[in-house]
Amino acid sequence: MNALIGATLESGEEIPGDAVFDTRLLQHVTADVARRGRRLGPGEAVRYGWLLGPFLLILFWSTGSAAGLIDPRVLPAPWTTAATAWELIRDGHLQDNLAVSAVRAAEGFAWGVGAGVLVALISGLSQLGGYVFDGLVQIKRAIPTLALIPLVILWFGIGETMKVTVIAFSVFVPIYIQTHAALRGIDVKYLELAETVGLSRWAFIRDVVLPGALPGFLTGLRFGVLGAWLALVVVEQLNATSGIGYMINLARTYAQSDVILVGLVVYALLGLASNAAVSLAEARLLTWRRTFAQ
Amino acid sequence: MTEPVVRVRGLVRRFTLRGVLNGVDLDIAQGEFVALLGRSGSGKSTLLRALADLDHEASGSGEIVVPRLLSVVFQDARLLPWKRVLDNVTLGLAGPNPRERALAALDEVELAGRAGSWPYELSGGEQQRVALARSLVREPALLLADEPFGALDALTRIRMHALLKRLSEIHNPGVLLVTHDVDEAIALADRVVVLEAGRLIADLRAPRDRVGRVDPAGAASLKRQLLALLGVTDGVATAAV
Repeated sequence: MNALIGATLESGEEIPGDAVFDTRLLQHVTADVARRGRRLGPGEAVRYGWLLGPFLLILFWSTGSAAGLIDPRVLPAPWTTAATAWELIRDGHLQDNLAVSAVRAAEGFAWGVGAGVLVALISGLSQLGGYVFDGLVQIKRAIPTLALIPLVILWFGIGETMKVTVIAFSVFVPIYIQTHAALRGIDVKYLELAETVGLSRWAFIRDVVLPGALPGFLTGLRFGVLGAWLALVVVEQLNATSGIGYMINLARTYAQSDVILVGLVVYALLGLASNAAVSLAEARLLTWRRTFAQ
Repeated sequence: MTEPVVRVRGLVRRFTLRGVLNGVDLDIAQGEFVALLGRSGSGKSTLLRALADLDHEASGSGEIVVPRLLSVVFQDARLLPWKRVLDNVTLGLAGPNPRERALAALDEVELAGRAGSWPYELSGGEQQRVALARSLVREPALLLADEPFGALDALTRIRMHALLKRLSEIHNPGVLLVTHDVDEAIALADRVVVLEAGRLIADLRAPRDRVGRVDPAGAASLKRQLLALLGVTDGVATAAV
């Protein structure tokens, strides 16, 4: 009986008026909705479903290349790119350049995070510190970091120092902005609590302000990672003699579009990996937040 | 009467132009449970915040004497979400063996088993019990509670009443409970004071028998009296707004 009504409903036919009040029917409909997900939602979620788009792109790319519809000088076939990647790995080119790029990015990132956190603490925890630093950083923020490159080249030359400095600046700004906002945005409720339980200033900073600002810092870290890779790509186009960017630039000179593609894939993997690292750090550090516990 | 733990004389508090407290006098004795009733906007919370020294934004005058060791229970449990339950209770706790004392306090509110939980894992009533443990573990001479059960459901509220009553008898602090619930005030307090337009307009003793139980006839009469003072007769608000 139940199954019959369910089937009738699903086929979209009209049902007799009194059947609507049949509790068994209501139960059946409810169970059905719970199993299928929301009627007005975007549809049922599938594990690894997000891979569909990339898969379709590779399929399109492979078919086009195999059918000769894509000029290999414009876009080499996937298998050519894979073979080139293997070639670059075997002769050590890729690893060497990757190592140079990774060290460069890591160095700039470390300086940027360190300086960003330090200045954010000074300016977030004391009024005077805020008056000294916050205005400066807000002005700096209005100038895109990459616009500073000519000046940085005049100061530090075109060597490694310039590259690390530019990357550090790109990381510094988002780390500072997010951390500072989080430090200043501590809920006044917690300030009152700290006063009533008699916390000292240092205990207040250690137990309330710093852990409360951690989510903001991690948001800054997310933007900072993006900033580091962006700056890396740009500075490696500038008279570099090693690094992924140098490899790509050189390939452009010789019209090796397959090598350029390999470089871009490496950039993508680096970006994805560092983003995953930040997500992991968030999950580890913010277990107290409901969102990460479920 | 022993030396009062709270002594307030001629307390005036103003926010920009509006006067909120217009000359309040109040004494609370050691171990005395005082409920502070009043309509919303009558200045109840302002008085409590003045006693807790949390009203930095207000200007005013008057004399306040409160014990150095006082605790506040807020309407929201106000647990630090990034500290586990036990660490919330030991927050700012001075003296020897803070963890053992905090565990004992959690045991008193029947939450010793949740010492390692995150606050978000607790229900609203459980969070408020942790807040109560945090307040009482420092053995305050004065407990200030600002509508501590206002956000709880009716059943949880009744259980919290019994818990607060029992614990305040064990620890024996002076208590000032801000509430707008007449029944809550009568069930818990030794004395009920009513604040209206920034002044205390009534100071009534709650009817108790020899063992401290509420005397039903006296309670009903007190309730009528309090409701009239709050502008409610026969369930209809008479005061013009």
